[in-house]
Amino acid sequence: MSKVRVATIWLDGCSGCHMSFLDMDERLIELAELIDVVYSPYVDAKEFPTNVDLTIVEGALSTDHDLKMIKKIRKNSKKILALGDCAITGNISALKNLFGTEAVLKKGYFDLVDFNESGEYPSKMVPKLLDKVIPLNEAVDIDFFVPGCPTPADAIYEVIKGILENREVDISKLTRFGK
Amino acid sequence: MIKDKVRVKTFKIDDVAVTGRSDSTILEVAKEHGIHIPTLCYLEGLSCVGACRMCIVEIKGSSKLIPSCTAKIKEDMEVITNSSRLIKHRKMILSMIFAERTHTCSVCVSNGHCELQSQATDIGLEHSLVPYIHKGFDVDASHKEYVYDPNRCILCTRCVRVCSEVEGAHALDILGRGISAKIIHDMDEPWSTSESCTSCGKCVQVCPTGALFEKGASATEMVKKKSIVTNLIQARKNK
Repeated sequence: MSKVRVATIWLDGCSGCHMSFLDMDERLIELAELIDVVYSPYVDAKEFPTNVDLTIVEGALSTDHDLKMIKKIRKNSKKILALGDCAITGNISALKNLFGTEAVLKKGYFDLVDFNESGEYPSKMVPKLLDKVIPLNEAVDIDFFVPGCPTPADAIYEVIKGILENREVDISKLTRFGK
Repeated sequence: MIKDKVRVKTFKIDDVAVTGRSDSTILEVAKEHGIHIPTLCYLEGLSCVGACRMCIVEIKGSSKLIPSCTAKIKEDMEVITNSSRLIKHRKMILSMIFAERTHTCSVCVSNGHCELQSQATDIGLEHSLVPYIHKGFDVDASHKEYVYDPNRCILCTRCVRVCSEVEGAHALDILGRGISAKIIHDMDEPWSTSESCTSCGKCVQVCPTGALFEKGASATEMVKKKSIVTNLIQARKNK
């Protein structure tokens, strides 16, 4: 039986959900028998591949790059799993929305710095911040939602197993917003 | 005015035959018979305002959904509390409450002890069905013991009602309408300068979310003690 092609990506989040993924410990060996990780911070693939069965996305959409990536992921993946509160609600990243992008850039590049030679916000090499940080489902259709901050390893394991076995998992027993 | 005599009425909730005093609400009778209807703005002992709409029920023969906390019982009515239609509407109600303000559970002092968060878990809402608005409000941390964060307020008005009906101070009220509505002290003054606030803290204890909390309390310490208020109300009734 061919292995399921799984990608994981870390957008605007703290990587805590990816750490929780690793916290599955020895269960990772069991999953490795069933899945191929074809793109992830854990592996060294540079380009997001085509024909992915499941993409697990951590983090909110904060920049034009995030938006471009999630659209590419949607195009290239059969299923998308939004992992953690940032991907589902915006979470910490979206607290910026209370003040606005301009205020955050000003604080970061002018108010709290000793010097800023150009006197401008960086515009090259770094992606442009969106006006508002948004959860994934406000940009593309999402197939699975697994909240948590970070999502507990047990919940990640049960959900991935459920998806692989094509059965529904009641995630409310395993995790919740803020957990 | 001569009051109507209180009688007993018989009707059905989820096909179970129940009886209640004729001046009872559907929610009260359901509670007496151990039938669970989810609530948020309701608090036993305080007046019922039907603000959150989580306790909506269906009445057979009517296409409308009505809040069970304010609807009085009627003879022979048939109430449904848990249909797929109700769950769908409750999910939308919760989504709108979450989307209206900024409930970032992971950095909330009420994380793990929040009634809004628990409702989402109970009903299986794992993402908001409507886009987040993130309207920003200033936090009032002027009081020496308590903090009010309107960004986490669900406008249930429990704090307003407990202050008015139990403490008797009516230091709190609502300013504005719709999405701009917020709880104010006196004439929208900083909490610390409120002359009518007695600093009793009842508002903090009945708040279902992290909108009102004790200064310096950690997420494990800030467990609301709303039973203190309901016990107090009961004790006064028994006098």
